Amino acid sequence: MEDGNFLTDDFLRQLINVGEVDILVGLPTHNNAKTVGAIVHTIRTGILRSFPRERAVIINADGGSRDGTPDLITGISIDDVRPDSSVYALRTLHAISTRYASTPHSGVALRTILAAAELLRAKACIVISPESESITPEWISSLLRPVYYDGFDLVSPTYRRHKFDGLLMTNLLYPMVRALYGVRIREAYMPEFGFSGRLGSQFLGQNRWNDGSGENGIELRLTLAAVTGGFRICQSFLGEKDHVERRAADLVPTLRQSVGVLFSALDSDFPVWSSVSGSQEVPTTGSDMELLLDPLRINRKRLRDMFVSGVSELESVFQSILSPSTLAELKRIAGLREEEFRYPAELWVRTVYEFAAAYQKSVINRDHVIQALAPLFRGRVFTFVVENRNESARDVAKNIEGLCLEFERLKPYLLDMWKSKE
Amino acid sequence: MREMIISELTQAAQDLARGFAHYLPRLIVMLILAFVGWLIAYLLKVILRSILRLIKFDRLSEKAGASQLLTKAALPSATEMLSRFVFWVTWLGFILLGVSVLGILGLQEQIARFFLFVPRLFAAVLILFFGMLAAGFFARAALLAAVNANVPSPRLLSLAVRSIILVFVLSVVFEELGLAEQTMLVAFGIAFGALMLGLAIAFGMGGRDLARRFLEEKFVRIRKEQDEDELSPL
Repeated sequence: MEDGNFLTDDFLRQLINVGEVDILVGLPTHNNAKTVGAIVHTIRTGILRSFPRERAVIINADGGSRDGTPDLITGISIDDVRPDSSVYALRTLHAISTRYASTPHSGVALRTILAAAELLRAKACIVISPESESITPEWISSLLRPVYYDGFDLVSPTYRRHKFDGLLMTNLLYPMVRALYGVRIREAYMPEFGFSGRLGSQFLGQNRWNDGSGENGIELRLTLAAVTGGFRICQSFLGEKDHVERRAADLVPTLRQSVGVLFSALDSDFPVWSSVSGSQEVPTTGSDMELLLDPLRINRKRLRDMFVSGVSELESVFQSILSPSTLAELKRIAGLREEEFRYPAELWVRTVYEFAAAYQKSVINRDHVIQALAPLFRGRVFTFVVENRNESARDVAKNIEGLCLEFERLKPYLLDMWKSKE
Repeated sequence: MREMIISELTQAAQDLARGFAHYLPRLIVMLILAFVGWLIAYLLKVILRSILRLIKFDRLSEKAGASQLLTKAALPSATEMLSRFVFWVTWLGFILLGVSVLGILGLQEQIARFFLFVPRLFAAVLILFFGMLAAGFFARAALLAAVNANVPSPRLLSLAVRSIILVFVLSVVFEELGLAEQTMLVAFGIAFGALMLGLAIAFGMGGRDLARRFLEEKFVRIRKEQDEDELSPL
C-alpha cells in the first residue's frame, strides 16, 4: 500500500468520516467555477440513476483555485439533483475536497485521488475532466459499469470528435501505442477514464512519484501501466467531446506530457513492446471512433511556414537526431511549393521512430528532442489536413488506419535502432 | 711554460671529470625520473582514455560543441586530447622534478611555480569544457524556444546566447590562469555591456511591435488572430 503521508490531516479526517465506498469519482480542478457546478450536478445525477444502492463519493483534488471551485463542489446538495432527474438516493452521496497544492499539477491531483481510492477501498473509480462541458449522466455509467460489473480494470473513453481534433492522438499517440504495445486504444491520453481499485493501488505503488518524473502525463502512464501489467482494458463510447481550442504555444508542453512520457516509458517497457507483433482490438462498448465533418477554419499557411522555418533553423539539432536520409528528405519537402507539399506517412513514421531512438540514447538533452519534434508535427498536421479536407468520415478513418499500419510495418526499424549501441 | 699549460689543462680536465662525476648520479636520477615519469604518464593516459571512452566523453564533448571545434581545427577527439594533455602534464612534471634534482640555481623557483600552476591549469580546462557545455545547451534551448514561438531570426538569438556565455567563460578562464586579468575584465565588461545595449536598442526599435504584442497578450489577454484556429493536439 502506498504511503498516504502526502495527504493533509484534514483530508484524511474527511476520508475517515466517509468510510468505505463502492464508487469513487475523482475531479481534479483549478479555477473551474464556470463549468464545475454543472459537471458535479451531472455526476450526481449519473450516480443516482445508475448506482442508487452503492456507496459513492466525489473527491475533488484542487490545485489552488481562487474562484471558489471547491465550495461549489462540496456545496451542491443532493436535493439540487432530485427535482429535475426523477432519481432517489438510498445512500449518502459524499463530496469532499482537498487542496493538494497552491499550483495545479495533474499528476499530484491524480495521485491524491488514487490514494483516496485506496484508503476508501473503492471498487470502481472514475476521473472526470473539469473542462468536459459536454458530459452527460450516461458518461458516469459508461465508465463505471465495465469496472463495477464486468471486471475490467481500465475503461478508456472514445468520443465523437471533429476529424481535425486531437491530431497528435491520431497521428502519433494512437498509432505508436498500437504498433508498439499491440493494443488499439484510441485515447491513450485520457481526459476521462474509469479504473478498478486493483489497478489504482498497483499504479500508486509502482509509479515513480518521489522524484517528480512520474507525475507528468500521468493519464498516459496509467494506460501503459495497465497494458504492461496485463490488466483488463476496454473502451466505452461517451459521445461528443468538446473542442478545446489551444494556442500554438501549448503544443510543446502537450508534446512533453504525451510524447515525452511515451518515449520515456519505452525505455522501461522494452521487454514488453519488443516482443509484441501486430495489434489487437480491445473490447469496446459503442463506436470506437466517430468523426464530425463540419468546416473548421485552419491556418494552413502558418503550419507549413513553421515547418519550413523549423527544418531550416534546426538543421544542426536534427543532424544529431535524424538519419542523413530522413533529414535530406525533410529538407527536400521543405523546399516544395505549398500546393506540392506533402509529409508522407512513411517519412513521418521514420521521423517519429528516429526521435524515439534519439530520446532513448539521449543524443542531446531529452527535452530538446521533444521540443524539436514540434515543427515537424506541424508539417504532418498540414499534410493530414490537406489530404483529408474533403474526405468523408470513412475515408479519414481509412487514412488513419493506413498510418497505423505504417507504424506497425516500420516497427523493426525502431527495434534495430534501439538495439544498436551507437 | 709548457709544464704550466699541461698542469692547467690537467687541472681543468680533472675539475671537469670531478664535476661530471659529481653530476652523473644526479643526471642518472633525472633520467630515471624521466623514464619512470614517462611510464606513469603513459599508464595514466591509457587508463584515462579507457575511462573517458567508457563514460562516452566524446558524446558529452559533442553536446558541448567542443568536438566540432576540434574537428574544424583538424585535431583528434576530445578523449584523445584530454588523455594526451594529462600525459604531457604528468611527464613534464616528472622531467621538471628530475631537473630540480640537478640543483641548477634559479631553476628551482621556476619549477615550484610550474607545480603551483598545474592545478589552476586543470581548473581552467574544466571551466572551459563545462562552460562550452553550458553555452551549447542554452544556445540550443534558445534556438528551439525561438523556433517554436515563431520568433524571427532564431539562429541569431541562439548565437547571441552562446556568445554571451562564452565571453563570460573565457573571462573566468583567463582569470583562473592569471593571464591579463585586468584586460580580460575590461574586455568582458565592454563586450557584455555593448551586447546588452545592442539587444535593448534592437528590441526597442526593431521589436516594438513584437514587444507590444507580447505585453498585450500577457496583460490585456488579447488572443492573436492567427492562433484562433490552432487545433487542439489532444
